[in-house]
Amino acid sequence: MRPSRFNDGTTLIVPAVLLLALVFVVPLIWFFVRTLAGIGTFPEILSHVWSVVTSKAVITAMRTTNWISLIVTLLVLLISYPVAYYLANNRGWRFTLVLFCIIVPYFTSIIVRTYSWMVLLGRNGLVNQVLMQLGLIHQPLTMLYTEVGVLIGMVYVLLPYMVLTLFAAMKAIDPSLMRAAQGLGAGPLYAFARVYFPLSIHGVVSGSLIVFILSIGFFITPALMGGPSDVMIAMLIERSVEITFDFSSAAIMSLLLLFVTLVLYSIYYRLTDVRRMMGA
Amino acid sequence: MGAYVPRRVLSICIVAVCAVLMMPIVIVLILAFGDQSYMRFPPSAYSLRWFALFFGDPRWQHALWVSLLIATVACVIATVFGFFAAYAFVRSDMRGKKLMLSFMLLPIIIPNVITAIAMYFMAAPLKLVGNVFWIGLCHATIALPIVLLILLSSLQGVDVNLERAALSLGSSRIGVFTRVIVPLAFPGILSAAMFAFLASFDELVISLFLAGVRSETLPVRIWNSLHLQIEPVIAAVSAFLIALTGLVLLLDALARFVRVTRLSRRTA
Amino acid sequence: MTTLEPGKDRGGIELRQLTKRYGKETVVDGISTTIAAGEFFSMLGPSGSGKTTTLMMIAGFADIDGGQILVDGADIADMPPQRRGFGMVFQNYAIFPHLSVTDNVAFPLRARRLPSDEIGRRVREALELVRLERFADRYSRQLSGGQQQRVAIARAIVFQPSIVLMDEPLGALDKNLRFQMQVEIKEIQRRLGMTVIYVTHDQEEAMNMSDRIAIMNHGRIEQVGRPAEIYENPTSNFIARFLGEANLVPGIVESVDSDVATLQTNGGLVLRARAGADLRVGSAAHLFVRPERIDIAPAGEMMTNPDSGNFATGRLIQTSFLGNILRHAVEIEPAVVVTVDVKNSRADLFRAVNQAATVSWLAADGVILQR
Repeated sequence: MRPSRFNDGTTLIVPAVLLLALVFVVPLIWFFVRTLAGIGTFPEILSHVWSVVTSKAVITAMRTTNWISLIVTLLVLLISYPVAYYLANNRGWRFTLVLFCIIVPYFTSIIVRTYSWMVLLGRNGLVNQVLMQLGLIHQPLTMLYTEVGVLIGMVYVLLPYMVLTLFAAMKAIDPSLMRAAQGLGAGPLYAFARVYFPLSIHGVVSGSLIVFILSIGFFITPALMGGPSDVMIAMLIERSVEITFDFSSAAIMSLLLLFVTLVLYSIYYRLTDVRRMMGA
Repeated sequence: MGAYVPRRVLSICIVAVCAVLMMPIVIVLILAFGDQSYMRFPPSAYSLRWFALFFGDPRWQHALWVSLLIATVACVIATVFGFFAAYAFVRSDMRGKKLMLSFMLLPIIIPNVITAIAMYFMAAPLKLVGNVFWIGLCHATIALPIVLLILLSSLQGVDVNLERAALSLGSSRIGVFTRVIVPLAFPGILSAAMFAFLASFDELVISLFLAGVRSETLPVRIWNSLHLQIEPVIAAVSAFLIALTGLVLLLDALARFVRVTRLSRRTA
Repeated sequence: MTTLEPGKDRGGIELRQLTKRYGKETVVDGISTTIAAGEFFSMLGPSGSGKTTTLMMIAGFADIDGGQILVDGADIADMPPQRRGFGMVFQNYAIFPHLSVTDNVAFPLRARRLPSDEIGRRVREALELVRLERFADRYSRQLSGGQQQRVAIARAIVFQPSIVLMDEPLGALDKNLRFQMQVEIKEIQRRLGMTVIYVTHDQEEAMNMSDRIAIMNHGRIEQVGRPAEIYENPTSNFIARFLGEANLVPGIVESVDSDVATLQTNGGLVLRARAGADLRVGSAAHLFVRPERIDIAPAGEMMTNPDSGNFATGRLIQTSFLGNILRHAVEIEPAVVVTVDVKNSRADLFRAVNQAATVSWLAADGVILQR
């Protein structure tokens, strides 16, 4: 039943809108407008944008960012799929325990999570110690301050997002479909490949999108765990503000990152919206 | 269920993954209680010296205090504004709700580096860098989507006829909130507030840019320390943050339990 | 119970051309009616007829797009719901789950800031009225549906409203409980003397409880009247069928003579009955007569009342056993089946199918309705 004019709660949204507008939207618009306009005339702006976007640093950073994000997404997917499957098909203490192992890291500060891996992956860290004890290696591996370190750190942080997304999608899969497949004579592997996995595709795609989107914006983890050649675009942006005070370059790179993010998000949005409309 | 993949294999995978997920956190907790000044695992002796250092060092103390202040501001503002916004979404007839919701979720969509820089860019000339209240406000924008998502679901569970009944019985509009809606949505409000608090407490990127010299939060202090050297006291601080997370999750589970038993037989 | 009675002669409502639109759709289409103080007035109709929307406009929970609502002469359009002072009972009870029964019933009194001993007294009286004194400290999750509804009623009357609005309050209850609650609600209304506006889609319920019923269909009031009146004298086929089983024999109007008319069926049978409104000679019409007013006998046997008026012979095609009645279907003409309800008092009235049978009824028991 629609509300009457006595019951309209519309005005209650105003405080939140004002907060976002004032503290969030205005700074963003101001930042972009001011820095870009401050470059000079319009042709000057365009040429500066072009030079930044095509600069070696940016191109390398974008390449590194895409590469790392892709690998991270794949690794996260591979690890998350069985975990989400387990969550979707178990209940009681098993479910709660595994969920606990996902949720606690998820809500732990990213700095703590990154720091913990720094400790683990150092030359004297636990991982090296264990591997040497087991005799698998004779010299400590250098994992910290390398791409491997970045990958491990980012996979760890982003895992819960994929698990939870996949879990939601898998929960919606009707169990009787698999039973039907088996009843029709399909072996377990065949049934999985032809029935279960396709049904979970929607979760795979949205989860992958989310993880990819989040990882291209990462800078904490790669900054702490990466080496000098592992520069992601967000790190470049941060450096140009903190170190070189080059706000206009920061703005241009931000726009680049923002553009990619928003494009990917609109794909994600379209995907989940369509599914919702189809009542899946 | 689970007969499509050999059960044993799946279980082993899961156990391995769960161990890897919890291992870093557990390691940090153990190290925090270790007694050496270098990072040796397992520690040969245990003590509370790093906690003593953490709580005794004036710079860490200050960081803790700043984090608490900022998180409180963020929590209160995000929860109150978010509550009203969620109510507006659930009850009112406003047009373009989907668009408005997308707008309110922007803070978690836009990469936080960009947000942080933009906030810094505007705050600097206004001399707001290091202003605890302003940082709290900025954190509130990040916490708002979280509060919104929690409270949207919570308020949807409050039967609209209960509000109508209260009005028909003569309660004022404010009375409907205080005597019906808030009591019934309370577990959700509490959850939202706690997660907003936690989000602000754990927040690093915005704080990094806006903290300046005088308003280092705990995560910022850790970040700065990590660039110098990895000291064991960081483990203690991290353990503290982990404990905070654990506390919030525990209280949330409790709140959810209360909600279930309280409203176990909802009106048809 | 004097403290729970509303003021004397207060509680009259008038609806004038009341209209509500949702987008292009007109859900309530200019309805007008007057409800007297102290009357039990039902709005009866199928889903989507606009009855609940009308009630919501009266309560103040839906905006008025046209027309007026006058309470004791005063237009209440600008009054917010919390100031209208109507008691309201919802179909899903709307009992506050976080408050006890006592606190639920005390809610309106606390909102009016009455002194606490007064509140205590009135709550006790209201709970006695609905026979829930022993449940004062329970919570809604510990109560059955019927008990919750009684709490809702107690809560809605405890502050002496002169008008109580009820929106299908018994819809979620099972049949036996519903009948019992109908009696209880009617009893409370009679004792306290308030006006009740009752929305329902159950015609038995409306007829059982109401002083007057307004039949609603497609946003309009089709007929208003006392239950027996509407039952015996429906003004349209829709109303005839809505209130119970109805025979509607099609034909052409042969003659109209003040309030008596004759109808000729497609098979040439001439039937006499009361004339409905606006009947025109030669137009298509239906003869309406209730199944319980028709006598049935095997063809050839003596009819119990030979001067009945209308006779028709046909073939008994089916007999249904409905517990307290036997329902016979007699085909008097091709595709014209007359339903006859006979009390199940004697076993030998159970007749064999396909027997020839004669049906008859008094002319005064039928109405010829314009099609």
